[in-house]
Amino acid sequence: MTATSTLGSGGSAGAGGNVMLSVSKVDASYGQVQVLRQVSFTVDRGEVVVILGANGAGKTTTLRAICQMVSTSGEIILDGQDISKSDTASIVRMGVAHVPQGRGTFPELSVEDNLEVGAYVRKDNEIRDDIARWFDAFPRLGERKSQLAGSLSGGEQQMLAVARAMMSRPQVLLLDEPSLGLAPLIIEDLFSRFSDINRETGTTMLVVEQNANLALEIATRGYVLEAGQIVLTGTADELRVNPAVREAYLGA
Amino acid sequence: MQLFLQRVFDSMNNGASYAVVAIALVLIFKATTLVNFAQANMAMFGSYLAWWFHGTVPIWIAIFLAMALSAVGGALIERVLIRPFDPSDHLPVVLITFGVAAILEATAGRFWGLEFHKFESPFPAQPDDYIGIGGARLRYETLGTLLAMGLMVAAVFLILNRTKIGLAFRAVSSNVESARLVGVRTGRTLQFGWALAAALGTLGGTLVAKQTNLEPAFMAKLVIFAFAAAVLGGLDSIGGSVIAAFIVAIIQSLLVGYAQSIPGLGWLKSNFALVVAFVLILVVLLFKPAGLYGTKRVERV
Repeated sequence: MTATSTLGSGGSAGAGGNVMLSVSKVDASYGQVQVLRQVSFTVDRGEVVVILGANGAGKTTTLRAICQMVSTSGEIILDGQDISKSDTASIVRMGVAHVPQGRGTFPELSVEDNLEVGAYVRKDNEIRDDIARWFDAFPRLGERKSQLAGSLSGGEQQMLAVARAMMSRPQVLLLDEPSLGLAPLIIEDLFSRFSDINRETGTTMLVVEQNANLALEIATRGYVLEAGQIVLTGTADELRVNPAVREAYLGA
Repeated sequence: MQLFLQRVFDSMNNGASYAVVAIALVLIFKATTLVNFAQANMAMFGSYLAWWFHGTVPIWIAIFLAMALSAVGGALIERVLIRPFDPSDHLPVVLITFGVAAILEATAGRFWGLEFHKFESPFPAQPDDYIGIGGARLRYETLGTLLAMGLMVAAVFLILNRTKIGLAFRAVSSNVESARLVGVRTGRTLQFGWALAAALGTLGGTLVAKQTNLEPAFMAKLVIFAFAAAVLGGLDSIGGSVIAAFIVAIIQSLLVGYAQSIPGLGWLKSNFALVVAFVLILVVLLFKPAGLYGTKRVERV
């Protein structure tokens, strides 16, 4: 058993009735291999929380656990409702959007169809307006709306994946290593977009990243995941100055 | 020239049937990357149903009822026999489709006997129902078959590109995991694909049954040509497989026709075309695995 160190007071956020997502004592395994051990964390409404961790620490599995794309035990509460026994399609309907690692677009569908299918769970008639709005926000996507998503560059695909996820008008957006394989300038632009989206739509965000620099810049709080366990938590500022974090994730 | 034209016209009926069955194969392949080896016998069974219903109702209503019932059957097969298995492990599912094929063939033989049954043409098919073009005869029946195929292709195209379930089906075909992450219920969506493919197969079967007559194995050859068309078209391209279906049918008609008139090749009967279909499949898979119109699986990251 490893105890989670809490830095300062920031780590205790999440108390009170404002919790959007609460994960407690979650185990997850692929067959015989246990990947997550008693993982607990919370994300408040409207907050951006980052989970830092090295390769293989269980970051992706943590997000997959929330969407029930891996078998889990423990409790996962979304906006007061236990979703740990629901199936993925239902969880999406309850307001979770997930941008998986490696973009998760539909390469054989046009850019526009990718956005339309992103709104699959919606029944209102503002879908067209939303597509237009995302084309305004990402003009590069608008210029390529009839192109197949598979022909876009990596950065464009990541933008498309995020816009596609936002098309469901989610309460919580899960981002799995959005910086992976992208050039530094593009990553910077992308993360400032995440900040904009969070500010403008109030969407709660949970980002898992190896690239701690930018992630901590847009996050309010963070957790550090090591070998499937949360070992450290604190506000973004606390984590940024923490010697262990600096050494492992900030290259300082 | 007249003979050439006639052979091309003659191939059109086959081309249309191959096209419809090839689309059925392509639909399932696109969504699951596996070949439904039961497709031929699902179509056979559906054609028998149409023939059977035709005992009491007009032929078109019989065909329509058979297509509807085939769709229900296809959906059931997906739910009971396909969905419980891990889709990434192809072998069990392929074996199951072989099993379904065997069961359908045996059941048809048991119910309706192994003898040939005449299948009435749903189109005008009197000896003088044709248009003369350059001395060759383009029969109304051929035109009707082409029209039925054209309508069906248009219907499939509209369903896939203009409806929500069609969009979901294309999403599942493109990326199952992401489809689940946008809330698509992938099982139900694939089930829809199986239903659509089953209905298409039955239409394809009835379009050809009027010429070959019904017996439990009547689709066995046709499906090989349809498969050759699907492979040539690229296995995941609907438009490609339609074009390829007519290419295959024309090659078949010309080869069989002209081989007869070349001295020493008279022994090449219609079965020769089957060999050509296999050679075509082999050559395409060897030299152009993505076919004429298929997606080359290259992705930028």
